[in-house]
Amino acid sequence: MKESDVIYLDNAASSWPKPDATWQAMEHFMRSIGANPGRSGHRLSIEAGRILMDAREVLAELFCAEDPLRICFVKNATEALNLAICGILRPGDHCITSSMEHNSVMRPLRALERTGVEVTVVPCSPQGELDPRAIEKAIKKKTRLIVTTHASNVVGTLMPISEIGKIAGEHGVFFCIDAAQTAGAYPIDVKKMHIDLLAFTGHKSLYGPQGIGGLYIREGLEVDLEPLMRGGTGSRSEFQEQPDFMPDKYESGTPNTVGVAGLGAGARFILTQGVARIRAKEQRLTRMLIEGLGSIPGISVYGCRDAERQVAIVSFAIHDLSPSEITMELDEEFGIMSRPGLHCAPAAHQTIGTFSQGTVRLSAGYFTTEEEIASTVVAVENITARFRKQG
Amino acid sequence: MAKEKQATSYGVVLFQSISSALRAEKLLKTEGIAYKLIPVPRHLSSDCGVCIRFLAENEPQIRKVLASKVEIQSICVL
Repeated sequence: MKESDVIYLDNAASSWPKPDATWQAMEHFMRSIGANPGRSGHRLSIEAGRILMDAREVLAELFCAEDPLRICFVKNATEALNLAICGILRPGDHCITSSMEHNSVMRPLRALERTGVEVTVVPCSPQGELDPRAIEKAIKKKTRLIVTTHASNVVGTLMPISEIGKIAGEHGVFFCIDAAQTAGAYPIDVKKMHIDLLAFTGHKSLYGPQGIGGLYIREGLEVDLEPLMRGGTGSRSEFQEQPDFMPDKYESGTPNTVGVAGLGAGARFILTQGVARIRAKEQRLTRMLIEGLGSIPGISVYGCRDAERQVAIVSFAIHDLSPSEITMELDEEFGIMSRPGLHCAPAAHQTIGTFSQGTVRLSAGYFTTEEEIASTVVAVENITARFRKQG
Repeated sequence: MAKEKQATSYGVVLFQSISSALRAEKLLKTEGIAYKLIPVPRHLSSDCGVCIRFLAENEPQIRKVLASKVEIQSICVL
């Protein structure tokens, strides 16, 4: 699977490598099918349609959703979040979110504020933890939506989704989660967690390609959710109005079928391996990373520093050394891929106290090995020691 | 020869979208019920271009398998 000798620790941006099944499914579609799904009754069009259906079924199983048609495909988690947020909120509505959000949540909300939507950002602890009681306290009469990340893309801290979902349900408020960092890597049960809208992307822990993601929409919610785009769906063609049913209401235009083929294969790989097994391995790697980096003098490791309560993301900084310099050294001298800076989440960095320099983020995946983590800790030790000598 | 021409009677399930038709296909396949995806016959009208053809005698079973799992537009006898 892996063809080069780099140590890839940027899985939170895009997972790599991918299971062979992912690109094999994509190659199969490109070579042997290629047709437009649902636009004709010929065998290749139907075969393309089956690829979409298979992927919906696998994803529904992964998220414990009964009906696969509740999953609609979009290009990534950002589009799914824009659809959920902009599709639900109207001027005069109130929305609650956390201070650990990615800009894919913050920016649509800030734009909606200018149209008369009120937004409350509930502060999290400096470790990135969210207190569900603070969410409950923020609920008002006109609160229509609570949207939070499932796990921070900066420090990996997991949010108390089940508790928030329960609170949202009790108050009749819609609940949307950003599962960009958890779908595939952490167990998700939309029923048990009371999730109304689940935004996910294909190219991270679902081991699909870039450019494909989706939104799970709880049964009946399509009545309240406006689409982002309207257009051809291959259904109700005699009407000039958008269909009102799932998934066509939200899937206008020719879809990214080759992307869905890869995503479906990636998600099936996860089901075969088992989320529990993936989670156990990533937890082990995370613990190694937290302990290894934590033992180096002059380094700050951010977040809750508890592998049980975070996904495989560890953010750190070396005092007085800029994150981008560290990332460059890790790449050029040690072949280690990391990501420096603000990770598209300025609010989260303000919360953990690392704005505006940011941190260096290391994110492991299912294909990361313990040896790679050990080498990375040695590399960071090396960079720190060298800097200390210079300083 | 006339014997072979013995009329087999079919019915079709019409759907509002290809997604529903393909979801129904999966459910029938799982249950081992014979079916064929065909373009919607000209004299019928449907929101979606394909439909599922089945042996008329299987209609009750098909209704049962699809009930509450897939939205059906209508079921017609050919």
